[in-house]
Amino acid sequence: MKASLRRLLLASLALLPLPALAHKAWLLPSATVLSEGQWITVDGAVSNDLFYFNHVPLRLDNLAITRPDGKRGRFSNGHTGRFRSVFDIELDQPGTWRIAVLNEGLFASWSENGEVKRWRGREADLGKALPAGATDVRITRSSGRIETYVTAGAPTDTVLKPQGRGLELVQDTHPNDLFAGETARYQFLLDGKPAAGVQVEIVAGGTRYRSRQDEMVKTTDAEGRFEVTWQAPGMYWLEATTVAPLPDDALANERRASYVVTLEVLPQ
Amino acid sequence: MSRFALLLLTFAAAAVQGAELKLSVEIPRLEVAEYHRPYVAAWIERGDRSVVAQLAVWYQQTETREGHGTKWLPDLRQWWRRGGRSLQMPIDGVTGATRPPGTHTLRIGADSRVLAALQPGSYVLLVEAVREVGGRELLQIPFDWPVPEARTLDARGEHELGAVTLDLVP
Repeated sequence: MKASLRRLLLASLALLPLPALAHKAWLLPSATVLSEGQWITVDGAVSNDLFYFNHVPLRLDNLAITRPDGKRGRFSNGHTGRFRSVFDIELDQPGTWRIAVLNEGLFASWSENGEVKRWRGREADLGKALPAGATDVRITRSSGRIETYVTAGAPTDTVLKPQGRGLELVQDTHPNDLFAGETARYQFLLDGKPAAGVQVEIVAGGTRYRSRQDEMVKTTDAEGRFEVTWQAPGMYWLEATTVAPLPDDALANERRASYVVTLEVLPQ
Repeated sequence: MSRFALLLLTFAAAAVQGAELKLSVEIPRLEVAEYHRPYVAAWIERGDRSVVAQLAVWYQQTETREGHGTKWLPDLRQWWRRGGRSLQMPIDGVTGATRPPGTHTLRIGADSRVLAALQPGSYVLLVEAVREVGGRELLQIPFDWPVPEARTLDARGEHELGAVTLDLVP
């Protein structure tokens, strides 16, 4: 494979897959409800089946650990193998921690000498990438968030506060307080504003051992809200993607955002 | 104060003085290859699931190669989420070491903080037990307080708990 093509492919793995891709990206913590002073280990992978490592690892380039006090946390023993990445976190502060990969960038497509060209990268590099004679230029702002939450001791909500960037889930029901049979309330925001009409897909883990996906599909209401009744205990993958025009953006025509969270539902 | 009123007061005081809750928890003897004493928690809730009082939490008090005993407290999953996770352990008069198989009794007397917190109303006593490489069981006994006469309520577990008895003495 040409070196430049390989670099492009590797770079594209670090960026969020387009919503059109079927693969699911996820972080899987070894536990989500712990007493104080414990360690956890987290797996990250991109795959079709939940939660099996059978495709590519989730790159740890843009991994951010947020401590209960809102400051940046650390991970250790990070390793990216063939099918998964893994890393450990010492939960040395009581409260709720956020573990997230946030990929942000631009997609661009244009016509050049009758050919359609595509590019992905950072906004700062767009000028160099876009040739002078390009026509039909379409720029998309893209962001993808893949996250999970873990609590040591009593839950806190500092890390639940939205940052106003990309697609974010406001969790009225704390992510580490989910139990089978109970209903949880959520709201999606896009760049800080309620996101209406967003389609949300929820799939329970263990897909290998059943014959249907049995996914739950929800659509957010006018205020971006939806509810989920968690029937069975287990690990769940929740994804939402959205595309919106950007009429007021000097650079980009369109905004694509996606969000994934792994939630653990405990038995009663 | 009239003699009659004084008599009434004395009578009322005497009645409160005798009031008592007695909780008996049976930890069953199990024939398993690898037996570990269970973690057990007992607490009282109101109807809205708010915790009135922690009665007992029996867990490994020491640190071993596998960690300190507090590591596995979240396995008492309903106790943990309903109040346990906000507590600083140990708690005088509540926490203690794990108990062996047999029946263990707690007496909550009239002078205890628990009874003082028990306003007239409906409550639920919960007892949760979880055992390493074993199972987990949660029993609930609803009760009203105060009671007009002595009353015994019980529940029976199927695997991790035996007979749980609550004696209510007015």
